[in-house]
Amino acid sequence: MTVTSVVPDRDAQTLVLTADYAAEPAAVWRLWSDPRLLERWWGPPAYPAAVDRHDLTPGGVVTYVMTGPDGQRFAGWWRVTAVDAPTSLAFDDGFGDVDAPADLPVTRTQVSIADRGDGTTRMVLTSRFASPEAFDQLIAMGMQEGLTEAVGQTDALLAQAGSPA
Amino acid sequence: MGHGGDEERYDRLFAALGDATRRDLLRRAAGGEHSVSALARHYAMSLTAVQKHVAVLERAGLVTRRRAGRESLVVPDPSALHDARRALDLLEELWRGRLDRFGEVLAETTAPDRPAPDRPDPDQEQP
Repeated sequence: MTVTSVVPDRDAQTLVLTADYAAEPAAVWRLWSDPRLLERWWGPPAYPAAVDRHDLTPGGVVTYVMTGPDGQRFAGWWRVTAVDAPTSLAFDDGFGDVDAPADLPVTRTQVSIADRGDGTTRMVLTSRFASPEAFDQLIAMGMQEGLTEAVGQTDALLAQAGSPA
Repeated sequence: MGHGGDEERYDRLFAALGDATRRDLLRRAAGGEHSVSALARHYAMSLTAVQKHVAVLERAGLVTRRRAGRESLVVPDPSALHDARRALDLLEELWRGRLDRFGEVLAETTAPDRPAPDRPDPDQEQP
């Protein structure tokens, strides 16, 4: 298990996840900064993400599309609010079209990456709901992604048997 | 989160949420009861078309409908729309899955005996 702790704060509607990885901070950072690597973990196996725009600078935008087994497409985006490679990143993320005013951010995410000095790197991820207005959208789309995740689990187990290309 | 037997339900949910109009309908309906005809005024489509969208949301368990006189009212399903606990659980599940995959991809890209895919690192200048 790479995830070592998950602390939900229900009052603040905030989630703090801690994960330790046997790698250098630079290697961990690369999974965020390289769109080809990012798309390998962002979307569940059954709903792979294809990252289109990818600008990790303050105010920059990341856009992606996940495609389901039946060809359904789900678009999503990030708006980067702060970045300090390779140790921190903050972004709002939402669903739909980043340029459409109706598409509010759903969650705000803060990523901290720290060298633990023993060859491992700790990544702490804080995710919270962006605003009450975004909440209904979170429920609608978060449910979708949550279910996406559940559906994807079977494929993940199957994928473990074979090795990726 | 359920397992294999719920697949049909997932399919219906996905079908319901994979459409921008239906997501918008759901957002509008989330605040309380609205008549189908009032909701329909927000869209450049026929009442019948909006009714069909509402029917898809209903089959997915996201809303229910009840009659009030001649009106058909769309009622958000509180368990689907307003359960904050569930929302945080979903967020947790989402990120757990991502971070596990993150670890798998990281292990692959850093394994000494199995080099990362042989293409240049876009972040690094080639000498």
